[in-house]
Amino acid sequence: MALAKRIIPCLDVENGRVVKGVQFLNIRDAGDPVEVAKRYDEQGADEITFLDITASHEDRDTMVHTVEAMASQVFIPLTVGGGIRNCEDIRRMLNAGADKVSINTAAIFNPEFVKEAAERFGSQCIVVAIDAKKVSKEGETDKWEIFTHGGRKPTGLDAVEWAKKMVELGAGEILLTSMDQDGVKKGYDLGVTRAISEAVSVPVIASGGVGNLDHLVDGCIEGKADAVLAASIFHFGEYSILEAKEYMRSKGIEVRL
Amino acid sequence: MSSIAVIDYGMGNLHSVAKALEHVQPGVEVRVTADPAQILSADRVILPGVGAIRDCMGEIRRLKIDQVVQQVIDSGKPFLAICIGIQSLMRHSEENGGVDCLDFFPGNTLYFGDNLKDTNGEKLKVPHMGWNQVTQLDDHPLWKGIENGARFYFVHSYYVKSEQRDLVAATCEYSVEFDVALTKNNVFAVQFHPEKSQKAGLQLLTNFLNWDGKA
Repeated sequence: MALAKRIIPCLDVENGRVVKGVQFLNIRDAGDPVEVAKRYDEQGADEITFLDITASHEDRDTMVHTVEAMASQVFIPLTVGGGIRNCEDIRRMLNAGADKVSINTAAIFNPEFVKEAAERFGSQCIVVAIDAKKVSKEGETDKWEIFTHGGRKPTGLDAVEWAKKMVELGAGEILLTSMDQDGVKKGYDLGVTRAISEAVSVPVIASGGVGNLDHLVDGCIEGKADAVLAASIFHFGEYSILEAKEYMRSKGIEVRL
Repeated sequence: MSSIAVIDYGMGNLHSVAKALEHVQPGVEVRVTADPAQILSADRVILPGVGAIRDCMGEIRRLKIDQVVQQVIDSGKPFLAICIGIQSLMRHSEENGGVDCLDFFPGNTLYFGDNLKDTNGEKLKVPHMGWNQVTQLDDHPLWKGIENGARFYFVHSYYVKSEQRDLVAATCEYSVEFDVALTKNNVFAVQFHPEKSQKAGLQLLTNFLNWDGKA
């Protein structure tokens, strides 16, 4: 008996539709978010993550309605990220039915926001998203840095130290995306996943670059992730959640089936 | 059609409990409220909540929910406590430097601890977050149709331990064995989130709506 490793399909939502780009280009329409979430729920997803990639502020009301619709039909935990900048944004999403919110850029500009949010809403609903990229060269000691703006802007922040700081401030979970591999389907960056998972006390979700089921297995075993997040391998029917879980179980990983 | 009061004392996401109840029994009247009259006139009552125990108990006392809960318990109506709800029914919690609670169940709420390890020496994270197996210790009506060992969704850093073992309806294991369901007469209390536990959780809520409040 043990806690199951979680499989979390991630839906990038723009203007009320699921989209998925490869390296932030070639965006393909992958359907209505509530319908997609229901399908994943039926297949046995352990959680759902919605990332709001809508550019304009006005369109965020669409996201609130999407969250409300999902929360009245799908009864597994829901995390909402993208554009969460203040406690009012958090309150709106929690009231709409989200269980957790994911804070990314706002934490970099104002780390105290994480503390304020955790004190007000509880650490259990505060996920801090970290976009990390390897900056050390071959032969050097491994080093990963935090990047913003879709991996274009370096911040100078060390990813492992940053993760520890976020947990000290009250983050209840870390959503770690390895940027150099996002969308290119070569698997998670297992080095940074393991380094952060071993450095912090809270669960770590591995994200970025899943192309096959072995990547999920590697994320759990070598990366020591507590949960694995993937998007495109599920959206376009390459694998179902159930197939992923059965495969993980065949590799000795505890899953909920 | 019966009515259910979901006690709203400002602690977390009550929407999902209400939505799950409406989903399992369409047309059911769900009142999300802190109004004693609304709570006391309902056929069934749920005490949900997430967050930290000091704020939780502070609000329970400020809104006089403690007295209302006592009246509901005395009335014999089916009463379900969820997550921080079960913790508030214990005598005392270690969280926030120590907080006295409602003292309905004999026992305390304890911290999982730092540097937890599983039996293979692998590090275990706190909070205990995700789907874990629930071992049923009795054949209570709320377990009807739920496989023993079914997984439910948990998110918590503190756990309850009853001193009176015949009140324990289920346990779970995460470095230590701890209690995840306690029951006494018309009260059933769970640490996990049935409203987020997909089929098993919805079945438990269905069972609660069909329960007459007798063990």
